[in-house]
Amino acid sequence: MSGLPQWTPELIQAEIDALKHKPGALLPILHAIQDKFGYVPPEAVPQIGDALQQTRAEVHGVISFYHHFRTAAPGTHTLQICRAEACQSMGSRALEAHAKASLGVDYHGTTADREITLEPVYCLGNCACAPSVRIGDDIHGRVTPEKLDRLVSRMTTRALELK
Amino acid sequence: MTTRIFVPCDTTALAMGADTVAAELAQQARSRGAQVEIIRNGSRGLFWLEPLVEVETPDGRIGFGPVEADDVAALVDAGLFEGNAQHPLALGLVEEIPFLKNQQRLTFARAGITDPVSIEDYRALDGFSGLEKALQLDGQQIVDEIKASGLRGRGGAAFPTGIKWQTVLNAPAEQKYIVCNADEGDSGTFADRMVMECDPYMLIEGMAIAGLAVDATQGYIYLRSEYPVAHRLMNQAIERAYAAGYLGDNLMGSGKRFDLEVRLGAGAYICGEETSLLESLEGKRGLVRAKPPLPAIVGLFGKPTVVNNVLSLAAVPFIMDKGGETYASYGMGRSLGTLPMQLAGNVKRGGLIELAFGATLRQLMEDFGGGTFSGRALRAVQVGGPLGAYLPESQWDTPLDYESFAAVGAVLGHGGVVMFDDTVDMGEQARFSMEFCVVESCGKCTPCRIGSTRGVEVIDRIRANDNRDANLELLADLCDTMVDGSLCAMGGMTPFPVQSVMKHFPEDLQR
Repeated sequence: MSGLPQWTPELIQAEIDALKHKPGALLPILHAIQDKFGYVPPEAVPQIGDALQQTRAEVHGVISFYHHFRTAAPGTHTLQICRAEACQSMGSRALEAHAKASLGVDYHGTTADREITLEPVYCLGNCACAPSVRIGDDIHGRVTPEKLDRLVSRMTTRALELK
Repeated sequence: MTTRIFVPCDTTALAMGADTVAAELAQQARSRGAQVEIIRNGSRGLFWLEPLVEVETPDGRIGFGPVEADDVAALVDAGLFEGNAQHPLALGLVEEIPFLKNQQRLTFARAGITDPVSIEDYRALDGFSGLEKALQLDGQQIVDEIKASGLRGRGGAAFPTGIKWQTVLNAPAEQKYIVCNADEGDSGTFADRMVMECDPYMLIEGMAIAGLAVDATQGYIYLRSEYPVAHRLMNQAIERAYAAGYLGDNLMGSGKRFDLEVRLGAGAYICGEETSLLESLEGKRGLVRAKPPLPAIVGLFGKPTVVNNVLSLAAVPFIMDKGGETYASYGMGRSLGTLPMQLAGNVKRGGLIELAFGATLRQLMEDFGGGTFSGRALRAVQVGGPLGAYLPESQWDTPLDYESFAAVGAVLGHGGVVMFDDTVDMGEQARFSMEFCVVESCGKCTPCRIGSTRGVEVIDRIRANDNRDANLELLADLCDTMVDGSLCAMGGMTPFPVQSVMKHFPEDLQR
């Protein structure tokens, strides 16, 4: 997530214009904006509404309905822990308690150093090798609290590397 | 001579370190000057063995697994590049592993064998011959073949696919749609993901055939955003299918058209419900629609629409190629063909098991699964996702078919089986069912939206021994109200796991 560009009305408009011709364009547009800037800035709502001839309330209603979309910048990395039953049967309740305690945040929170945002997820489809977590687009299986600590430390170290 | 080595690239293999294993194999080959080609295949679905490395030999493919990057050097020393089997991780011929050998794979016949995005691999194993045959037929003839197969929707509701297609075929409209429901949100299920990651052309072919059958020229795959690997591979496959003439305005030179696009969901379980999914595809909140009208008559953008699960559409190429009768020769009663079951949770050997309908749950968990991962006693099994009942041991001999499961108050759903050992607190599981509904309800109808919140509160009071008997009675009442009064299966089935805990594991609500 690091190194994402700062949004501007012009950049937002470019994302909208590339997709607004599609039937049912709103979700693709929201995905494109979040992929590019890390979140959907509230200031983008009227812009999107104008392009799709929808009210701000309609656009806001869609953004807030879906768990995936966020309206504030996340940490450098997003860590999702699966809370679904297959992972529960393999100890994900203990894993999430460990993550919350060691990171010092609850779900939807971001660590004080802005490195990691913690989120729940309901199934990553890796149910035969549970419990699972997702970091960015990488999924990890059979995650113990110790393995989670290693993954977290790798994330934070990498962010400090000089390129 | 170049040796071909296979390292899977599906989500589970990657989650267990397949990329580093592949990199280490390449490194070892370079440093030893070995002639090796590393192919990233799909997974066979023998997930406890992932990453499962296979080496092609004149006798067949020899497997090693589960391989970690640190094992690679020793494996190569022991003769992995030559297919030598003298190592503790050696599994012998992969096709002979009982877990795989004892399956009846029709839909998953190619999974794990091929490079998922290679059209040549797909064609070499009967790929696109179903589409070729469909192009010789008219829509009614295709629909008749699907009816003859007895195929019922594999998403959970088990509605006959041929009837659904007939309704769309009969509905006059200038535009119709094929929508693939790839919002596989149930815990314990990954068969849809495997189709998209291990054999994506099968889904593309099935959707194109569906388009020909009902005269629809546009298809959408509604894919959950929790599946980034499936998203990448599916898009790659679609791009290549366009380039090779299996999609677009001239299907295999026939002059017929079918366009296909992947649309990403955004983390809403309810969008697996077909009318919510359509709302979401239209760019709205995923609120459930009242039925009727059926989506087959008034579907996406108000047009007649086939909405099918990934597995339903993935079964279509086989049916068109080998004939509906061949498919219907598998199964029992009114459940015909095969059902890909997914064995997950606390299980020793978890993975995908495709069998004709009729095997028992116990056979699946013991013969294939080998018991629990923890080695402790198995206590409860949830079948059919978060809305499915928890089954106690007395029900483990239930045959895996739709009617037998309905008879014991359970659902087969999408075929997900999640095992729990004896450390499970069933009161906690019952609470989670209600909690999940609070998080995921679309909010349109009161029993689901408010009933689930009250459900969590009532269960909390029961677990705190606050007026327990009265609250148990209240919980039973609340469950009935949700079952009878909800608009869709979310609120209507959320009580199933709760009721199963009250009935079969009452002691966990008494402590």
